[in-house]
Amino acid sequence: MATQQTRSLARFMMAPSVVLLLVWMVVPLALTLWFSFQQYNPLNPIRDGFVGFSNYALFYSNPAFLQSILNTLTLVISVLLITVIGGILLALLIDQPMWGQGIVRILVISPFFVMPPVAALVWKNMIMHPQYGVFADIARFFGAQPIDWFGQHPMTAIIIIVAWQWLPFATLILLTALQSLDGEQKEAAEMDGAGFISRFIYLTLPHMSRAITVVILIQTIFLLSVYAEILVTTNGGPGYASTNLPFLVYQKALLEFKIGQASAGGIIAVILANIVAFFAMRAVGKNLDK
Amino acid sequence: MARSVTTQHKTIATVAAWIVALLIFFPILYTIITSFKSEQEAIQGFNLIPSGTFESYTEVQAQSGYFKFFLNSVFLSVGSTILALLVAIPAAWSMAFSPGKRTKDILMWMLSTKMMPAVAVLFPIYLIFRNLGLLDSRIGLMVMLMLINLPIVVWMLYTYFREIPGEILEAARMDGASLWNEIVYVLTPMAVPGIASTMLLNIILAWNEAFWTIRLTTTDAAPLTAFISSFSSPQGLFWAKLSAASTLAIAPILIMGWFSQKQLVRGLTFGAVK
Repeated sequence: MATQQTRSLARFMMAPSVVLLLVWMVVPLALTLWFSFQQYNPLNPIRDGFVGFSNYALFYSNPAFLQSILNTLTLVISVLLITVIGGILLALLIDQPMWGQGIVRILVISPFFVMPPVAALVWKNMIMHPQYGVFADIARFFGAQPIDWFGQHPMTAIIIIVAWQWLPFATLILLTALQSLDGEQKEAAEMDGAGFISRFIYLTLPHMSRAITVVILIQTIFLLSVYAEILVTTNGGPGYASTNLPFLVYQKALLEFKIGQASAGGIIAVILANIVAFFAMRAVGKNLDK
Repeated sequence: MARSVTTQHKTIATVAAWIVALLIFFPILYTIITSFKSEQEAIQGFNLIPSGTFESYTEVQAQSGYFKFFLNSVFLSVGSTILALLVAIPAAWSMAFSPGKRTKDILMWMLSTKMMPAVAVLFPIYLIFRNLGLLDSRIGLMVMLMLINLPIVVWMLYTYFREIPGEILEAARMDGASLWNEIVYVLTPMAVPGIASTMLLNIILAWNEAFWTIRLTTTDAAPLTAFISSFSSPQGLFWAKLSAASTLAIAPILIMGWFSQKQLVRGLTFGAVK
């Protein structure tokens, strides 16, 4: 047979994708690694040169570093909790028989298609603005003092915005999983007298477990690199109150031109992402074996 | 139907679901409403009925040349998608129809490139772009968007191609079809729906990409993500204009998104949930 021929043809067809992605992954990452051991300042090149691990030491000892790691984790974990729990509840609700299910579904998933700068600016100006926002209007209606969201609770505000963007994603995926649950199984459980709660715990939840895993992993990848939402709302402030790791690296690199430190920060971000990726790949990989 | 659904149950579910859905949709709805207000109306407190002026739409074009950014967004998202498809279709094809021992590893490795945090390579990419004169160029950004979405495109196409039964190919071969005829007359018609879905999802992702599109552009190549972000700095109150710009920026993608819900699930979960 022509297996030899097909095999080389297959290689040839795969080559462009593989080469492109290889270059795209290896070259910039190698440069980042190299810069992370260098003193490099485009504005002041006199002292450039190899500095060992001092960039890492400087980046670590920066009080903003700890804050940014803390903020990154707070953001990821809070948004995951809100979207996964909210998504399960919403999926269960939308799965009920009702009038206008299609429209409800469309309304609920819409925020996912809104580009991050629009989502952030709409929330910042029209919803959460301490003077003219809808929240302020509501607060005044009840005679309360409007909250200065971005001044007083910047992380909470960003969490709300990002959760609003990702809740539709979680809901859509979990709803898809829910709808593939065998109707007969549900009926059988109902006939056996299983109540809503026990049906949920013993039948629905195990069925959805894989979708939940996928939602958590994919969202984590994106949530670890939230950027535009912070840029257009708080710009990382007040102080470093809402600076996450990607934002800190961006500040070091393009605002302060401390390339070495930024690169050291970038390498830390890669390590963090790799830990998540390791679990993500295992979960997705299982799907290939079926 | 064995499962009896009472009207009462259905009514409660309907009311509850609609309330939640409208709350979630509210920021978008309010943006659309505000875009038809005058700047003064926009800051006069909560009001769901606009005066219906188109002022903001005309001004956003007159003052900031809105359509230049819009066209950049169209060019970048469609261009990067076509580029990605050209590279990815042969790869996904060969992986689906003549998988080797390492096909799975290659797929997993491709996926892993998607997990690299963009910010980690921000400076090297910035430097490379600067040295090649690609900063603020449409072509440079188009290649960039192609690269970041390539793994998803390969994966999504792969999951679609894998569903095309291999027996059909054998039958065509038995009938004496050449490889070229096989591709043109047998496989392409079966692959078109999968390619179309992949294209749709990739356009959505490229349109909304908000890291590289903001950092690698200034004016010429800036798409809507960068344009809208520029509204964050001035302290003036341009909410009606911001709303008009936002409405135009999200409308095409929102409509495309509504039509691609199913493909979206599949593409974004790398085929793990269908």
